[in-house]
Amino acid sequence: MSFDLDLILDSIPKMLMGIGLTFQLLFLSLLLGTALAIILLIMRISGRWYLSWPTMAYIYIFRGTPILVQIFIIYYGFPQLEFIRESIFWPILREPFGCAIVALTLNTGAYVSEIFRGGVIGVDRGLKEAGAALGLSVTHRFIYITAPIAIRLCLPAYSNDVISLQKSTALASTITLLDMTGIARTIVAETYAPYEVFVSLMVIYLILTWMIQRSFGWIEKRMSRHIREEV
Amino acid sequence: MSDSGQTNIIQLENVDKYFGEFQALKNISLSVKKGERIVVCGPSGSGKSTLIRCINRLEEHSNGKIVVNGHELTSAVKDIDAVRKEVGMVFQSFNLFPHLTVINNLMLAPKLARKASKAEAHDIAMKYLERVKIPEQADKYPSQLSGGQQQRVAIARALCMNPLVMLFDEPTSALDPEMISEVLDVMTDLAQEGMTMIVVTHEMGFARSVADNMIFMDNGEIVEMNPPKEFFDNPKSDRTRLFLSQILTH
Repeated sequence: MSFDLDLILDSIPKMLMGIGLTFQLLFLSLLLGTALAIILLIMRISGRWYLSWPTMAYIYIFRGTPILVQIFIIYYGFPQLEFIRESIFWPILREPFGCAIVALTLNTGAYVSEIFRGGVIGVDRGLKEAGAALGLSVTHRFIYITAPIAIRLCLPAYSNDVISLQKSTALASTITLLDMTGIARTIVAETYAPYEVFVSLMVIYLILTWMIQRSFGWIEKRMSRHIREEV
Repeated sequence: MSDSGQTNIIQLENVDKYFGEFQALKNISLSVKKGERIVVCGPSGSGKSTLIRCINRLEEHSNGKIVVNGHELTSAVKDIDAVRKEVGMVFQSFNLFPHLTVINNLMLAPKLARKASKAEAHDIAMKYLERVKIPEQADKYPSQLSGGQQQRVAIARALCMNPLVMLFDEPTSALDPEMISEVLDVMTDLAQEGMTMIVVTHEMGFARSVADNMIFMDNGEIVEMNPPKEFFDNPKSDRTRLFLSQILTH
């Protein structure tokens, strides 16, 4: 089998036209998902069963089912329901872009809240006690002691999830969105050259992943100044 | 435990503490007057740490009554934070906030819990860093300091809240031997300035020179409480005598 170099050179710029949409899906759902994760975390560790139980159920459902199925339910399933068509969310859920953002956000929120919880649990109990002994309120202790240390602790797991989310954005192509994967599928449908096109697509995703890794490496280094200077 | 007219800063009446089935404190009664310095010793697991951790409610006592500076310790959260502002605590493992520089470790509580301005908090922090003789370390992170320096920072951090009482939970137990004296010196200075202190420690030299009263605890009970001269030279209880012979012979 021959490798059509011209086709690759031709299709890469076309696929890159979808990078803007890939970035939009990634950053918007990352931002919203992280915000959701913080809310879920606070509910989960609130110590009140009527907040923590629904959160646990939510996390179980969204971590326990394929994200593709979640996207399909939101995109194909929700419009069947009249109360959704009449709700204020309809302008978002009517559009495939909105559906993709909602699905990715809900899914990321579930994963990231568990990552954050791991970080919070990892904070030395003695440090929280020191804050309490100084007379700091529960809220102040969380914001100024627990959270900054927990964020540093869960950064590697968080970056892992960002990479995972970056790849999940490709699923948006299944609901008509022309992100990079969507464009690649269109090109393949026209050229019948899946090998060249999809391998080129892989290379683009690998470069993006490398950029995410480097960014988090830099953030980790900055946030570890107090540890690195230890001698 | 004399009942003179002086006000008690801390008052414990018949305090019990259970961890599940295990009884860590048994019917503890104790009064601490302003300016009084008490050293608590005893074998590990005897309830010394639990005793002082109940005083700022890091542990909740199971029965009995604890009154600190006129506030009875109950589950009312507001009162607890108010009490904790008046009770400084120094831990065996320092517990400095690793992500903050020394100066920010010291400024945090005055800013948040005392609503001090940044400049005020900075002045307070520098004042106490000078008191513990390490103002030059202000901008370093805790991990860059020696154990002795870290513990002095921890003492300064507690002092920044201008507490009425200081609790010390084995403050030198995690230190290398050559760093113990620098911490004890700071504590001795503090005692001489009239700070009310409860110190859990096995440093008997320090105890002898600083304590107004010695407490020996065993199995969750206060076995003996006496001024140091009496305590060391003429211990009443066999258990105290045995304990003292074990820690003083080497």
